[in-house]
Amino acid sequence: MPASPSIDPLDPTEVEAARPYLAGPGAARLRRTVVLATAAVSIVPLVIISFLYYDQYERSLRTETVEGVSRQVTNNKRALEFFLTERRSALSFIVRDRSFTELCDVERLSRLMKHMNDTFALGSFADLGLIDADGKQLCYTGPYDLKGRDYHDQEWFYRVSRRGVFISDAFLGYRHSPHFAIATRQERGSGGYYILRATINAEVLAEQILAAGLTPDDDVFLVNKDGVLQSPSRRYGAVLKNVPIRIPHATGDVHVVEQEDEQRRPVVIGCAQVGDSPFVLVYIKPHVRPQSAGLSLPRLLLFLLVSIAFILGVILWGSRQFVASLRAHNLKRAELMHKVEYANKLATIGRLAAGVAHEINNPLAIINEKAGLLRDIVDLEGEFPRRDKVLGIVESIMGSVGRCRKVTHRLLGFARHMDVGSETIAVEELLREVVSFLGKEAEYRNVTITVEAEPGVPNVESDRGQLQQVFLNILNNAEAAVRDGGRIDIRVRSAGERRVAVSIADDGIGIPKENLDRIFEPFFTTREGSGTGLGLSITYGMVQKLGGEITVESEAGKGTCFTVILPVRRG
Amino acid sequence: MALRVLFVDDEEELVSTVTERLDLRGIDATGAVSGEEALILIEQKPFDVVVLDVRMPGLGGLNVIKRIKQSHPELEVILLSGHGAKEDVETGLRLGAFDYLQKPVDLENIIAILHRAAARGRA
Repeated sequence: MPASPSIDPLDPTEVEAARPYLAGPGAARLRRTVVLATAAVSIVPLVIISFLYYDQYERSLRTETVEGVSRQVTNNKRALEFFLTERRSALSFIVRDRSFTELCDVERLSRLMKHMNDTFALGSFADLGLIDADGKQLCYTGPYDLKGRDYHDQEWFYRVSRRGVFISDAFLGYRHSPHFAIATRQERGSGGYYILRATINAEVLAEQILAAGLTPDDDVFLVNKDGVLQSPSRRYGAVLKNVPIRIPHATGDVHVVEQEDEQRRPVVIGCAQVGDSPFVLVYIKPHVRPQSAGLSLPRLLLFLLVSIAFILGVILWGSRQFVASLRAHNLKRAELMHKVEYANKLATIGRLAAGVAHEINNPLAIINEKAGLLRDIVDLEGEFPRRDKVLGIVESIMGSVGRCRKVTHRLLGFARHMDVGSETIAVEELLREVVSFLGKEAEYRNVTITVEAEPGVPNVESDRGQLQQVFLNILNNAEAAVRDGGRIDIRVRSAGERRVAVSIADDGIGIPKENLDRIFEPFFTTREGSGTGLGLSITYGMVQKLGGEITVESEAGKGTCFTVILPVRRG
Repeated sequence: MALRVLFVDDEEELVSTVTERLDLRGIDATGAVSGEEALILIEQKPFDVVVLDVRMPGLGGLNVIKRIKQSHPELEVILLSGHGAKEDVETGLRLGAFDYLQKPVDLENIIAILHRAAARGRA
């Protein structure tokens, strides 16, 4: 007789080989790879783009600041040059148009200054004076008492005497108030010369020309070549003070540099020489950093951290879903492959059994017929010595043939039921048939197996082969769990109107509570090395497929009871 | 007149034993160990019923019944099948077999079914 069909066909080493892909370190490694790869392709570009953006933003801010300063310096320089040229031209015109005598008349001189100041769009002369070639002020109009003052030892006097036209640095002079002078020389017909000189208050110049449109953080002022303030500065105070920072070398063109101020703060400095004057125009603007424009490096890092945390969260969640679904898929696949292999193995056993049974049947038939013929002959012969003995032997032969016939019948029955199908099955009969497969083993170990059915239990419409397998698997487990001399009780009863319940209870070692929830999981086994952990999971799958349910109750040390509930009709 | 039966099976021992037992019970039984031999015997001698094994080497039972029904439609055929030859039996019944018996068979069963077949043949 072939081996019992309940044997587990998967080689345990194959299961071991498959296990890493299903759970444990293999799944963890896969998940780690997925997380790292996904994180790399999403986070690295994010970081690079963020820093590139920050750098670009900083560059554009710098360009904007530098260009702004350059524009401001250009505009201020033009305004200032216009201002100075206008006044110089006005003085030159007067000194040429008016005679020396007229200019010596203080009233005329005063009127001239008033007319000029009325004509100028911005700023005005503080005073106006006529000075002879000896440096003595001959005529003066203005708020100070300067008539008769001697300027021959002052630098501006020396310069204008030599050059003809001159704009001075700011100085305090006799009035003790910072101002600068514009003077022009005129030759006298009788020889010698005189000078018409006007002064401009340095602060007025700063207020009316330079301060126009100045933003609160910026500063604009004039310095001379020695770095002395020629107009008031927001940063560095009043006129004639020294500027504590290095002013870049100025030419007629606008020159903009980035450097640190006296407090080591980054500033943008623009400067240009004001034409035909001793003044250098300086414009200072604090450097606009991305942080002061709302995008600081810490903010960028915070944004990156939050983004990375979010991305990582999504990746971790996604990878867990992915690995779990892959694991479920692999488990299902392994289970399916196992089922296919199992079914193939059962079919092979079935074919083998059928072949063996068929071959045995023929000689059995001959033995049976020969014995029958012997009995016929004995019957015909009438009385002869030891007739009863011979008849007894014949009966014994025919009895033994009957037993053999049952075995082959059972084997052929099993083989026939390999085909998947649906038929009406008497559950009790099927259980007795299954038990008969285990009979010998149970007998050797002195295990008692009882089958009892409640009267009137309906037949079920199901797949005979699959049902046999279900009960064989459960009974195999039960037999493995009981000690020698133990017992397995099988009960069949109605469960409601349309269902039949089969309970298989053993008094074996039982299942610990912590394992009870996992026994139907694929690859779960407590028999390390000997079990694949697939038997009960396949059983579970089969019962589900047949439209039934399987439950288990167990207590460690006392025994286990599996209950299979089958529908009377499938679907 | 005794019932004339042709018993066909490839197991010679079985054929000889069964025919002898049928003879002892007053049935005129002839044995054949192949389909070919059976067809020759049918042509040589009249029979009431043929008991025919479905699976035999050479000319199988189904081919034999086909030919018998072509040449002797009135001749009743009882099929003898092993386990698991359900489809062959169904085919044989469609081809005109009277009934079938599953091996190993009890002699009393054979006799009972032979009489029923013969009764139909005569009717």
